[in-house]
Amino acid sequence: MIKKKTPKERRIILKHADDPSYSNKISCYLKNDGYSMLKKAFKMKPEQIGEEVLKSGVRGRGGAGFPAGMKWKFLDRKSGKPIYLICNADESEPGTFKDRQIIYKDPHQLIEGMMIAAYAIQAKQAFIYIRAEFFEGARILENAIAEAKSKNFCGENILGSKFSCDLIVHRGAGAYICGEETGLIESLEGKRPNPRIKPPYFPAVLGLYQCPTIVNNVETLCNVKHILEIGGEEFSKIGKPNNTGTRIWCVSGHVQKPGYYEFECGALTLGEMIYDVCGGLLPGRTLKAVIPGGSSSKILRADERFTGKLKDGTDFDWGIEDIPLDFDGPASAGSMSGSGGIIVMDNSVDMVEAMANINAFYAHESCGQCTPCREGSLWMRKITKRMCSGDAREEDADLLLSVANQIEGRTICAFGEAAAWPTQSFIAKFRDEFEEKAKGDSNKPTLQLI
Amino acid sequence: MKNGKSSSVVINLDGQDVEVPAGINLVEAASLHGTEVPHYCYHPKLSVAGNCRMCLVEMGTPMRDRATGEAILDEHGKQKIGWIPKPVIGCGTNVSQGMHVKTSSPMVKDSREGIMEFLLVNHPLDCPICDQAGECRLQEFATDYGRGYSRYVERKNVKPKRTRLGPRVTLDDERCILCSRCIRFCQEVVDDDVLGFVDRGSFSTLTCFPGKELSNNYSLNTVDLCPVGALTSTDFRFKMRVWFLKESSSICTESSAGSNITVSSREGVIHRITPRRNDEVNDSWMSDSGRELYKNVTSEDRLMKAKVDQEECTLSHAIETVKDTVDGKKLGIVGSCHSSLEEQFLLNKLAKITKAKKFLRGHFGEDDGILVSSDRTPNLRGSLVSGFSSRYPTDNLESLSKSLDKNELDVLLVIGEDLLASGIDLNQLNGVTLIFAGTHQNETSKLAKILIPTLTSFEKTGCFINRNFRVQSFKQAIPGPAGLLPDLQILSALIKSLEKDGIHRPDLSSIWKEMGKSSGSPLKGISFSDVPEDGLLIDGSKWSHLEFVEKKALNYTPARKAQKSK
Repeated sequence: MIKKKTPKERRIILKHADDPSYSNKISCYLKNDGYSMLKKAFKMKPEQIGEEVLKSGVRGRGGAGFPAGMKWKFLDRKSGKPIYLICNADESEPGTFKDRQIIYKDPHQLIEGMMIAAYAIQAKQAFIYIRAEFFEGARILENAIAEAKSKNFCGENILGSKFSCDLIVHRGAGAYICGEETGLIESLEGKRPNPRIKPPYFPAVLGLYQCPTIVNNVETLCNVKHILEIGGEEFSKIGKPNNTGTRIWCVSGHVQKPGYYEFECGALTLGEMIYDVCGGLLPGRTLKAVIPGGSSSKILRADERFTGKLKDGTDFDWGIEDIPLDFDGPASAGSMSGSGGIIVMDNSVDMVEAMANINAFYAHESCGQCTPCREGSLWMRKITKRMCSGDAREEDADLLLSVANQIEGRTICAFGEAAAWPTQSFIAKFRDEFEEKAKGDSNKPTLQLI
Repeated sequence: MKNGKSSSVVINLDGQDVEVPAGINLVEAASLHGTEVPHYCYHPKLSVAGNCRMCLVEMGTPMRDRATGEAILDEHGKQKIGWIPKPVIGCGTNVSQGMHVKTSSPMVKDSREGIMEFLLVNHPLDCPICDQAGECRLQEFATDYGRGYSRYVERKNVKPKRTRLGPRVTLDDERCILCSRCIRFCQEVVDDDVLGFVDRGSFSTLTCFPGKELSNNYSLNTVDLCPVGALTSTDFRFKMRVWFLKESSSICTESSAGSNITVSSREGVIHRITPRRNDEVNDSWMSDSGRELYKNVTSEDRLMKAKVDQEECTLSHAIETVKDTVDGKKLGIVGSCHSSLEEQFLLNKLAKITKAKKFLRGHFGEDDGILVSSDRTPNLRGSLVSGFSSRYPTDNLESLSKSLDKNELDVLLVIGEDLLASGIDLNQLNGVTLIFAGTHQNETSKLAKILIPTLTSFEKTGCFINRNFRVQSFKQAIPGPAGLLPDLQILSALIKSLEKDGIHRPDLSSIWKEMGKSSGSPLKGISFSDVPEDGLLIDGSKWSHLEFVEKKALNYTPARKAQKSK
């Protein structure tokens, strides 16, 4: 048996993240050629930058994977209203901790990326909406912005370019729903973060204060800097077609070395990630399931076969370990790469309890606006909680599935899907465990302490 | 629309091509063609929230080739329909040419059943003690789309049961389905942003913001808006089952706005007043103060018995005495802007026969910018149209005062007004015989030689003319107190007794026929039965030289902040 070489990380965004000599101070950033791309940007026309981003094919890193260049194209520039840029730093998808690294360790990279993006879309005001729990992150960003302003990388007449853009850090109040862009906008306006109905409230047309607004993820905005550095064309060669650039994967759960790893899109498979990069499972354990893109993505069962046709027409027949880690791989396997939060579960996990945990999260975080998600998420939580406390019934699996089906696709925002997909996939793939529960817990896996 | 042609579009509604006005939403479009799309949070007069998800329908649009823009045809040569895989909300989806809509497909039915189940899982199901029962959307749609049994075995959420939101509104949060209609109403119509949700998810709770209360003069509209029994009128709460109530159409007498109302009564007792939708007058709203007016019907100071010289007598005797008192004397008549159009017409006729001097006062206050106008009488314009007055009244009776000083009057017939509160001094009335006809006691009625009790607008039928010259009819809702007659019959009897050969019938259609005869009347050619439920706009240009106090507020123009901010 030939031992395969461990795939190597390619760090673009997190290039300096773990360098002990690197700090989040501007002096350090400038030493490493910081803000040179902003200077380059001002030599270009704003539309040119947009073109480069479009050419790069970079897809949004927040979860939906929508091409960022396309998003910018939708911007309503004719309205005459001010344009706003918002950085979505409300990283709250369970299993995701990539943006945090950028904010804490390399905040100036984000600020530079944002200023380039602001120039490209001609936004005079930019916001970083940061989740409440990142209080240290907010402080770091505040400091970094003050530093950047003192060096005129931000604020009035940036670097003598006559382009001005102010940057404000806005702290959330601790709600998952604020990661949804229209919910975020409502929250930024000072209201309850109830997501808006689309149509008509598409942010690119009627966003913040009913003005055209672009909302991008932290990682996406950092990528803008690197796109400018090497050019859109060259950037699009990193990774695979339609899956360009690198991605930061956040691996958590039952692996030896959980953490964040930056790879070119499609450079490795899920198996390589778990066994080679993360050092494999804990001793004596076997792989049971993987949630590939944050808690709202559908769970994949370890002994499943994934077959079908790829977009380019080729057939595939994958085991869980063969799924390529890019945007399309997990999607082809019936799940999604989402925010890049890979949650690994070994045979010590009771799937009903895992389900109960996820359901508790969604019931707690539903904003309460739409009936299905509001009532359904709490109902599902109550069912799984009851099942875990010894009162499971035979019909509960079907009931859970039915409730989830009644939520999916019937809500204003994608939270409905986020709440329904875990339940749907858990029941579809681990129905036996849910039914076992009703029979008196005979097969309950015993949790071994490490 | 711009070219004037495309003001309507053709959509396919459940397999049938129908024409609907362009730009309306699917709930309205379907309702125009007799299809009900159930909904909770949507209200035609408020912004679209799209949160209840009850109005989900299936929608598709004609497919076009993205590159060429050409229509994509199916094998029959018809344009293919690109159905959206997920259901869309009918309230938030506007019609477009060629749009296909399914309102009863399996997917739609399944969605509605799902929503219904969700709405009921944490609902207390306390219909037997709920005021809304019988007019509850939740009950109605549960009948249509409910499962009939519950799959819910968990504990229900517990929320506050009786929160006092304000002086007139009590909230039961467990019944609330979080549709946000009341919140939007306060923000968009009254501009009094006091309501909001706290907590989130299924624990979301409607409440007033700290230190605020729902005390604006339109707070009870939230009770009407509430599709379930969450917001209840503190006044009406636990008083009456709504299915026992008889509903009559009437007009609010609070001001010249003339809000259309529904009077709900049972066995001759009024239990509540609610607004009746009239897009030209009051949308779906009315003031809280207007709703309280029915209490006057049974108030302590109501005049119930005819009196002559402070002695109780029969009404016919009182009328008889009036005739004797008036005959050959110098009579003055103080009319009222609270009288109906027909009453004022007869009063004018009486004045002509007796050659009486006519006086009229107005009642004015602050305009609240919504539905309480500066003119606090329902029928000032009626006094102009009926011919009783040609001048715009002031808020006192100065000309009467002058007449009294010159001893020009022997007898005064006063309709409802309190002379002593209108600039007349007690001494001035010395030697003048007072006849008072009205519903309630006041300082003047106490001085009257002859006292004729009359009926409130709830107890009779007639018309008022509101601030923009809209004739609106009000129907008798309850019978008047025993032994009393409608004002029209009293006036008619008086006219009959004073006019030697006059043939007079006190019915509305005869009066309207007669009103139409007078030259230059804007009522020409209109009969009483021509006045529709939602009123009839007449030409008031004849009086355009008068300085009406309402000025710009001649129409209620709802504040449409809705589209600006959600």
